Amino acid sequence: MLLKRLTDACGMPGGEGEVRQIILEEIKPYVDDIKVDRLGNVIATKNGKPGYPKVMIAAHMDEVGLMVKSIDDGGFIRFEQAGGLDERILVSKPVLVGKNKIQGVIGAKAIHLQEKGERETPLRTKQLYIDIGAKSKEDTEKLVKPGDYIAFDSEYVEFGNNLIKAKALDDRAGCAALIETLKHNYDVTVVAVFTVQEEIGLRGATVAAYKVNPDIALVLEGTLCSDVSNVPEQSYITKLGAGPAISLMDSRTIFPKNLAKRIYDIAVKNGVDIQYRLPSSGGNDAGAIHTTREGIPCTAISVPCRYIHSPSCVMSKDDFEGLKKIVKLFLEDIKEGEYIRD
Amino acid sequence: MINKDLLKRLLETFGPSGNEEAIREVIREEIKGYADEIKVDALGNLIAVKKGNGKKIMVASHMDEIGIMVTNIDDNGFIRFTNIGGVSPYTALYQRVMFADGTMGVVGVEKIDNMKDLTLSKMFIDIGAYSKEEAMKKVNVGDVACFYAPFVQDGDYIMSKALDDRIGCYVAIEALKALKNSPNEVYFVFTVQEEVGLRGAKTAAYGVDPDMGIALDVTLTGDTPKAKTMEVKMGKGTAIKIKDNSVLAHPTVKKLMIETAQENNIPYQLEILEGGGTDSGAIHLTKSGVPSGVISVPCRYVHSPSEMVSVKDVENSIQLLVKVLEK
Amino acid sequence: MLRSLLKELVEAHGVTGFEHEAAKVVEKYFLPYSDEIKIDKMGSLYAIKKGKADNPKKIMLAAHMDEIGLMVKKIDDKGFIQFTNVGGVDQRTLLTQEVIIHGKKDLFGVIGSKPPHILEASEREKSVKMEDMLIDVGLPKEEVEKYVSIGDSITIRRKLLNLQNDMVAGKALDDRAGVAVMYECLKELSHMKHDCDVYAVATVQEEVGYRGAIPATFEISPDIGIAIDVGFGSTPELPKDETADLGKGPCIGFGANIHPKVYERLVKVAKEYNIPYQQDIYPGATGTDAWGMQVTRGGVSTGLISIPLRYMHTSVETVQISDIKNAGKLLAYFIVSLNGEDLEEMLCY
Repeated sequence: MLLKRLTDACGMPGGEGEVRQIILEEIKPYVDDIKVDRLGNVIATKNGKPGYPKVMIAAHMDEVGLMVKSIDDGGFIRFEQAGGLDERILVSKPVLVGKNKIQGVIGAKAIHLQEKGERETPLRTKQLYIDIGAKSKEDTEKLVKPGDYIAFDSEYVEFGNNLIKAKALDDRAGCAALIETLKHNYDVTVVAVFTVQEEIGLRGATVAAYKVNPDIALVLEGTLCSDVSNVPEQSYITKLGAGPAISLMDSRTIFPKNLAKRIYDIAVKNGVDIQYRLPSSGGNDAGAIHTTREGIPCTAISVPCRYIHSPSCVMSKDDFEGLKKIVKLFLEDIKEGEYIRD
Repeated sequence: MINKDLLKRLLETFGPSGNEEAIREVIREEIKGYADEIKVDALGNLIAVKKGNGKKIMVASHMDEIGIMVTNIDDNGFIRFTNIGGVSPYTALYQRVMFADGTMGVVGVEKIDNMKDLTLSKMFIDIGAYSKEEAMKKVNVGDVACFYAPFVQDGDYIMSKALDDRIGCYVAIEALKALKNSPNEVYFVFTVQEEVGLRGAKTAAYGVDPDMGIALDVTLTGDTPKAKTMEVKMGKGTAIKIKDNSVLAHPTVKKLMIETAQENNIPYQLEILEGGGTDSGAIHLTKSGVPSGVISVPCRYVHSPSEMVSVKDVENSIQLLVKVLEK
Repeated sequence: MLRSLLKELVEAHGVTGFEHEAAKVVEKYFLPYSDEIKIDKMGSLYAIKKGKADNPKKIMLAAHMDEIGLMVKKIDDKGFIQFTNVGGVDQRTLLTQEVIIHGKKDLFGVIGSKPPHILEASEREKSVKMEDMLIDVGLPKEEVEKYVSIGDSITIRRKLLNLQNDMVAGKALDDRAGVAVMYECLKELSHMKHDCDVYAVATVQEEVGYRGAIPATFEISPDIGIAIDVGFGSTPELPKDETADLGKGPCIGFGANIHPKVYERLVKVAKEYNIPYQQDIYPGATGTDAWGMQVTRGGVSTGLISIPLRYMHTSVETVQISDIKNAGKLLAYFIVSLNGEDLEEMLCY
């Protein structure tokens, strides 16, 4: 299963190689041209008919994770964050270290040995370490070196009412939807860009958008969803199972309303569930794309993901299917000459 | 003489970042006939060209203003919102807001014990609706509002919302009208989305590809009781920027402005703004670099519904800009 | 030569946005080893050394010549000068420093504040805020205004200090030490054959967000860009795994900001020529010119070399000269190692 393969693969910002390989294999039969640029973005073109616009669709390959900083005298691994994480989630988690995916754990002092009040204070990244079961520094150094990426060890699980739990659904869900999108034929030219380094500042999209210079762009994402019962409705941002979400505004982009509305209306007309992603903080590749060169009209459609940026992201399969449908419908809806810039 | 009618239209027209359609039309109408070419780019920047054979100069003033966007409407018709640009909860409290269609509301707040805990997430807009359904006839999630405050001018002062940066737009428009024979090719760009990170100026500058950039914006003052130390005073002349957080004015542009002011006896002040930024921040980093500077209008109470500037400073800013462009 | 360059560089004044004097020193020392010197619109200086290939690829080296500093904000009625910072200045390092105000002519001054005797006990527990400090130039307001105006830059008055074991200390070694590395590299290259065109760029305005490197990279559009900056040197209070030792060679950066193949080649060259090196890990932003260079135009393959430096952003920054020499050598051999290389192939993923 594609989504399982993609979420099982590890790809921290700057170290997207494993994910890139899967994508390159998957898309090869369906596109006319593939390039990997100087930052590692995959840029795949599927030619359409002349007179139709060039549509760039971006999904980012990288996920948030950790990086080995040093190995201490006992053979324990000290680490730093790669991408923005809530460090409170780190403790008591299994991880995979380096290309060979050495298993390790992030431990903590036993509750019995803690001073009063310790439990109230979150453990900081600097206090934590990874134990791979090594006997000594030398022992660890045989398998691990500073700079190695560390991913959460989290299985792909289907559960509940058509839900999926996995790591890195932000944004492998977008990658999977983009791969599926390439399997159909369109009048428009589709340039699929699987970007790098989104989580550390939209850096892959910055250079890819410059190079591709499309007429219009679409970003496929996994986005915030906090529709859990102890959160007031005004802070949900998106709802799980209510369809893919179209962005209105985040901290990097104010999205063009006409484009968002067009996609919303297409979905409604075709009986596909759709929702707006409520304005909130956060940002995605659109932030870099829409201010590229002379400006590129850009919109973002996302699969809602609960517990995003953690080992246990949860999304709905229905929302994922909806995303694939709506992207296809939108691409088919674009008419000759539309969006073309002189 | 100040064009009161134009000022009123500029200041009272709706236009939070990303929603500049109405203010763009007001400006487009006003400058028709004065520019050789007018166009709108992909992000919505309005670009008016005054042809010439000399250097390409980009003059940028942003037409967007700060505002709010609706995030949720509750069962009783109260509206939750988030900020567009730098909205302080303290200045927003109990202010009136206006939506694009003219719907008015007031900003209220949940019960809080300590004003220090005031955040936008505890605040809401009341449009006088008694239910969600009633509210949604007028306002929907994603709708945008600006603060509402009528324009006032009396003697030397002007007080209004959105002087940041419609007063810059005013300076640009009046300069465009006054500019008779510039040896340069001047691009008057009315930019979008400055308040959310200089986004319009970035793409406009890429498209225009100028030899020099001049942003027109407001700056803070240090002349109110126990204000933070700052040499700029309202009413003491136009301000020539040395530095803010987004740009260090290019030495040649700075020098050009200072010398022009001196030659023409235009009162000016040198401005160091410790914080904040303006369109020149984006313009000067475009392509291989664009030498850029800023002409500022000193403004008290920036980002409040009652921003205040001096008419004299505005006139001096127009004069300085015209003289610089004619050089 | 290296020491005299360092001395002149460090003693030259060049607060961010006012790099002119530093640029002159750079030009003087770089000229004999380059084919062409250019200053761009932002003020960055390019020393270009042509390669031997027919269609030479371009390597851009970037080290910033600006330094953090102060700026005149207000002249008060008694002629004291209030100031603001340009770049990240720790206000605690400023008290009682000697400064030079770069007005119509250079003025000597001393940074003062309220004497401790008149302070409340509680006030003495807090560091003095920059806004409460004044520069005393010993002149009345009218005299001061003849020479000084708002916006003039101010630097700390500091000579290059010679410490033990070939260590030197002074202001602005962040990143004039990096500029010295480029000098060493150009000098090495002058008796070697290299295919690529080398652009050694002394950038401006790094300290306020690599504003010089961004347009310079756009202008040059290099195939490979390597930033040379300073990194945290080890001192007693800092954790070992966040610092590098002085004298153990330059650090080669690794992480998302660095192209893996550029990193690998730098390491390979260091090993091959027995050049000591250390490693620097960056999971995200490096906060150097490399961060801006990488995302210019369609993307640039970047590398990062840093010189271990103690007491960063003070006026007693300390480095070891051997690290500078080794970094220069490493870069020169790196550039030569690209002779006959298909860069497209080398840089592919």
